[in-house]
Amino acid sequence: MNLTFSLLVAVCLAYVTFLFVVAFAGERAAAKGRSLMRGPTIYTLSLSIYSTAWTFYGAVGYAARSGLEFMTIYLGPTLVFIGWWWGLRKLVRIGRAERITSIADMISSRYGKSNLLAVIVTLLAVVGTTPYIALQLQSVTLSFGVFAAPGTQASELTGLAFWVACGLAVFTILFGTRKLDIGERHDGIVSAIAVEAVVKLVALLSVGAFVVWGINGGAAATGEAIATSPVANWTAVPGRWAGLIFVSGAAVICLPRMFQVLVVENSDERHLVTASWAFPAYLMAMCIFVVPIAVTGLARLPAGSNPDLFVLTLPLAEGQGGLALLAFLGGFSSATSMVIVASVALATMLSNHVVMPLWLAAQNRDGSGQAQASISGDVRGVVLRARRASILVVLAMGYLYFLATGGTAALASIGLISFVGMAQVLPALGFGLFWTGATRLGAAAGIVTGFVIWAWTMLVPVLAGPTSVGPFGIEWLRPEAPFGLTGDPLLSAMILSLGLNTFVLCLTSLLTRPTPMEQLQAPRFVQVFDRTAAPRGRRSYHAGAEELLIMAQRILGASEAQEVFAAESRAQGRPSDLPETTPDLLDRLERKLAGSVGAATAHAMVTGITGDAAVSVEDLLAVADETAQIMDYSARLEASSAELVRTAGELRAANDKLTALGHQKDAFLSQVSHELRTPMTSIRAFSEILRGDEADGRVSDEDRARYAGIILDESERLTRLLDDLLDLSVLESGQVVLNPADVTLRTVIDRAVTAAGTVSLGLRIDRDPEGEDVTLRTDPDRLSQVFINLITNAAKYCDADEPALRIAVMAEVDGVIVDFTDNGSGIAAPDRGLIFEKFARLSDQAAAGSAGLGLAICREVMARLGGSIDYLPGQGGAAFRLRLPGETRTAGTARAAE
Amino acid sequence: MIDIPSADAPVDAPRGRVLLIEDEPNIATAIGFLLQREGWRVSTHSDGRTALDAVVRHAPDVIVLDVMLPGQSGFEVLGGLRAGQNGTRADLPVLMLTAKGQTKDRDRAEALGVSRFMTKPFSNRELIEAVRDLARTAPG
Repeated sequence: MNLTFSLLVAVCLAYVTFLFVVAFAGERAAAKGRSLMRGPTIYTLSLSIYSTAWTFYGAVGYAARSGLEFMTIYLGPTLVFIGWWWGLRKLVRIGRAERITSIADMISSRYGKSNLLAVIVTLLAVVGTTPYIALQLQSVTLSFGVFAAPGTQASELTGLAFWVACGLAVFTILFGTRKLDIGERHDGIVSAIAVEAVVKLVALLSVGAFVVWGINGGAAATGEAIATSPVANWTAVPGRWAGLIFVSGAAVICLPRMFQVLVVENSDERHLVTASWAFPAYLMAMCIFVVPIAVTGLARLPAGSNPDLFVLTLPLAEGQGGLALLAFLGGFSSATSMVIVASVALATMLSNHVVMPLWLAAQNRDGSGQAQASISGDVRGVVLRARRASILVVLAMGYLYFLATGGTAALASIGLISFVGMAQVLPALGFGLFWTGATRLGAAAGIVTGFVIWAWTMLVPVLAGPTSVGPFGIEWLRPEAPFGLTGDPLLSAMILSLGLNTFVLCLTSLLTRPTPMEQLQAPRFVQVFDRTAAPRGRRSYHAGAEELLIMAQRILGASEAQEVFAAESRAQGRPSDLPETTPDLLDRLERKLAGSVGAATAHAMVTGITGDAAVSVEDLLAVADETAQIMDYSARLEASSAELVRTAGELRAANDKLTALGHQKDAFLSQVSHELRTPMTSIRAFSEILRGDEADGRVSDEDRARYAGIILDESERLTRLLDDLLDLSVLESGQVVLNPADVTLRTVIDRAVTAAGTVSLGLRIDRDPEGEDVTLRTDPDRLSQVFINLITNAAKYCDADEPALRIAVMAEVDGVIVDFTDNGSGIAAPDRGLIFEKFARLSDQAAAGSAGLGLAICREVMARLGGSIDYLPGQGGAAFRLRLPGETRTAGTARAAE
Repeated sequence: MIDIPSADAPVDAPRGRVLLIEDEPNIATAIGFLLQREGWRVSTHSDGRTALDAVVRHAPDVIVLDVMLPGQSGFEVLGGLRAGQNGTRADLPVLMLTAKGQTKDRDRAEALGVSRFMTKPFSNRELIEAVRDLARTAPG
């Protein structure tokens, strides 16, 4: 088969067309929901983009130069998939739960949705991946060059690289940005790269089989050839091996394209189970014939042949044009699938973390307060355009880098350099998954530190060429020997960058406090497996469901957004209405949006509408208590403790009241005791004196009579006291029975004056005969009791030389006023409030032997009669005003009316 | 304010002076009679406010003090006495009488340094013995 350059181009175009068809078919099948498309096999095959053109062609070259060392590139991922399966599952679980769109989104999301961190990781990814894309373009160009006529100009090949890049851009844009939500994944692209994975494997195995059995004549002979080949003269450097295995293990997780297929494109966590053995098996198959091809190539091809192209040149040299074409397609597949997925991944990062935030900020600057809600136009369109532009930018950068450095040996080592570069994300990712204490600042500081060291020690020597002295003559800054490390440059650069990265991350994390948002996010990642579906309970409910729906429609598309809201409405039991914006809905919505625009942007958009971009008080509580559950628990505790405080307050008040009542009761009993014991003391003392006197006869008759009189007086005082107490108790309890009768006031006063007769002997009483001529309906006995009390009080306490009491009566519209005023010195102002209290006998006037219950009884009686008694100041002597209720008429008027 | 004249004292050699501070006239009469019959010279005072002046004036050997007094309670009088107000002898024996009969009154009196505390009504013999005991143990 005679291969011409034009035929090759035609085959390529046919192959690409075939891939387009596959991709279309894949999308159609996925749209119809065929599960076959997203099975574990396809997932495992898509992971094969780990093997790029660098490994497809380069592994043979690597083996030709360094023996089995190329194996490390395959051993790393193998160890990760077999040995760290659990960790991968955690990564995938988080990726699905949080709708992670890229490695940058993952890091950003873990560290409090920090966009700064996302930008740093995006930058790192772009810097690390662009040369790698250039490498793919170069490999395609080189492989074309093998078939080109000897006289072909290099510029023609370069032009070819341009068209390859353009074709890839078209393909990627077509299948990479059809839908917005990354969570829906790129079925077309995954289908295409799965097919390419098969082509790669078949091509390499075919060439290998041809070399072993077709050229060398069997496995045994091949083994012999290997044993005698210079390839066998290699030595494994343990440190370098360990380093390479580690860095390629890190790469299989951290490389943007690997993260894309491993986490973002994963449709079912269980696919990892298959991938954990099938992917290592694929890698082993890919490298099984590497050494034979290398050995045979070195033996058979003319000296100076590029070992990186043995896969192509060996079949060609043996006249196997068809096999060479297959090998070419294998290499082409490796290159294109890597470029496609890498540019999708990078474009996602760029648009979500760089373009969209800038665009949002620009929108915010124009608009007022409710920025996100007032975004005009279709956000979907903006995001898609941003992503398409990003794809073009990524590919353009790759192409330009290829133009700038193409053809130089610089590209050969770029694969490992890229690995180490992206591995700088590993500490942030690893600590983020397992240590809640890792902070945003720690991650940023670690990544930046690693990034700078990596760029200086690995990237600069490639770009600027080897150096012999450090900048400004500072020897320890020389990229090839940083800090005077003169060992394996790759190894020392790797250890230095990753070591300092980790150290700075840990140190900064320990020294800084995580923001509330970080503290919310960290447990969602670290404890993803034991996370219960507790809502974060962090947002206010005032967010407008309508505004949220409008925004969601712009990003998710009308039908899907409406479906999300309708489902929520049904769940809330209000199917005909918009759902309430519960934290649960907001959480779900935010994650849904995160699938399109990344966590940080989605968070900014949702909080922009809900109006609590700042962390709320509940947030802080949640953070303080580390988890939402604890917050909930503590909130309940708080509620019940508030209730306890309230109850305790009520109890205390009740207790105070009881205590006060108790004190009153104590004081009352104490006074009763005093009032009872005082007369009993006299009675007992004189009784003993009189009884003893019968024996000694030392008491005079006069004294004996006096003492007997005292005993009698004190006994009467006791009786009076008991009567008063009982009376008061009946009055106070309200159980008093009144016997109302129509009676004139004069009759009642007459009766009272007569009753007080003996006591009030020295007291002159001035009366008001006309006023008294008024008829009342009242209890005459009770009323006269009050009058007697007032008359005897005046008789006892009026200190005038000629004591006199005036009883004045005034008729009112709805009752009668009776004033009792004496001509004594009255009651001092401070005492006036006390005189109606029980036992309020004013001490200066103690001599009269009254218990001090009189006025208290008067007050109770007047209250029962529906009237009142008050001290009337400013009358010269002691004055009491009584008000009696009822329709009154003077007796005369009454008679006249008859 | 009734000062029972010391001339009423029996012919026996006087045992000493008692100041009775009590506002109930009948009780004052009873205690006065009992103590005079036992050979004490008894002065009676009925106002709390001027009680300490009376102590200075009468220079008694024993004080019988009621709690419920007009003007100033027996506790305040006792406190003032023990603090040496008005230049009284702070260590005079004081027999305190109360009609309230509550333990907290007894506690308060003891805290203030009362010499003896009795609840009304009392037996005559107990009262007389208490005053006699106080006079015997009295300093100076």
